[in-house]
Amino acid sequence: MSEMRRVTAIRNGTVIDHIPFGNAMQVIRILGINTDRATPVSLVMNVPSDKLGRKDVLKIEDRELDQEDLDRLALIAPAASIAIIRNHTVAEKMNVELGDDLLNIAKCSFSNCITKNQREPLPQRMKVVSREPLEVRCYYCGRGQEIDELIGNII
Amino acid sequence: MTRPMREAHPRESESMGNLVTMDDLTNDDIVAVLDDAEKLVPVAKGDILLPLLQGKVLANMFFENSTRTRMSFETAMKRLGGSVLNFSSVGTSVSKGETLYDTMQMIDGYADIAAIRHPRQGAAQYSADAVGIPILNAGDGAGNHPTQTMLDLFTIRQAHGALDGLNVVLVGDLRYGRTVHSLSHALVRFGASLTLVSPASLKMPEEIVSDLKAHGADIKETEALDEQISEADVIYMTRIQKERFPDEEEYAKVAGIYRIEASSLVGAKKGMIIMHPLPRVDEIAPSVDSTEFAKYFQQAFNGVPTRMALLCRSLGVEVPKKVK
Repeated sequence: MSEMRRVTAIRNGTVIDHIPFGNAMQVIRILGINTDRATPVSLVMNVPSDKLGRKDVLKIEDRELDQEDLDRLALIAPAASIAIIRNHTVAEKMNVELGDDLLNIAKCSFSNCITKNQREPLPQRMKVVSREPLEVRCYYCGRGQEIDELIGNII
Repeated sequence: MTRPMREAHPRESESMGNLVTMDDLTNDDIVAVLDDAEKLVPVAKGDILLPLLQGKVLANMFFENSTRTRMSFETAMKRLGGSVLNFSSVGTSVSKGETLYDTMQMIDGYADIAAIRHPRQGAAQYSADAVGIPILNAGDGAGNHPTQTMLDLFTIRQAHGALDGLNVVLVGDLRYGRTVHSLSHALVRFGASLTLVSPASLKMPEEIVSDLKAHGADIKETEALDEQISEADVIYMTRIQKERFPDEEEYAKVAGIYRIEASSLVGAKKGMIIMHPLPRVDEIAPSVDSTEFAKYFQQAFNGVPTRMALLCRSLGVEVPKKVK
């Protein structure tokens, strides 16, 4: 049985492959996939992968990811490959790409950052200073965050 | 309630005049500003009248206390023939709850340039993005204080003739002290070696040390000051800042931990200088003031010519080759 066939193929929606093992639940959270949705979400965890060793896979029915979703996803699953499925066939393939500048993707965690003043009409903005290893800092105050903390602060 | 700022951040491409962090200046820019500052010393002292900035208005936007920075900005502007609007958050719309964004929009219409000090880190960058006039960061929380760095570099170069190859010992509150954050970046770019002296609780933040090392910096970290004195070319003292501590007990543990007296300096190198961004509390004894090493009052004066040079640069006004 191929790894992708552990769950049923979907008719319409998005398949997110190559999620680092253990991160699928985080992906569900940051994509705002509610548990009360009417259509199924299939989750495969800890399957073998040539690319990653072990990986998670998500199949989300009746939802197509947009660019903003991909920007968020890039923080957790920078090697993810995305397939948009329409009528049982792959209509589009996309790779996530982490930009240099992350606008309204994650919040700064530093308590004295100007972004903590909620009355200020400013966007949350992060700069990617290194990709390998991933290092992201607040554009305003310059503070970095550990990756786990950053994932928790994804908007 | 995120309101779109004028596009995403339109000023970045045209941010020539902003000085938010030392990254806004190349090494050549820094040298050019220091050269201009040197030429402007007689103007800063009032010996020569040079109204280069006549008709220009500086807004001094101080949301946090300041003595030297605010006054030296004001003196610099006035010595160059410009005028100054002084703002403080007490007794203005800020105390009624006005946002920084709105306050800065107003200043954009009243002044040609603004110096801003704010307790929140990142406030200067935010302001620079929000308005069209150049913004000079006069200190944002524990973040950056680049105009202080420029006057510090000016003072070091004045004493030693150059910046490279020096052993600069930074002492005290390296965690919250914004002056040492900006200064250490700049010194490393010019090839100085850094010795960081602080108690464990006030060590230089990790991301700064990692940045400095990534630039190839030669850095030593220690808690003991005494043994560093004989090797130092510059000792840069800082105050342990009570106001930045989360609680009094933590402050009490480290207050007064470093103190230099005239007698501590017996083994110091000839030409070594002691600097301090001021105000001092008890980290430099008054007995040091009359030694050849004391340069902190000179340093405070140097804020005037250095900020003159920075104001000219940000406003696109060229300092004449010969000032007379």
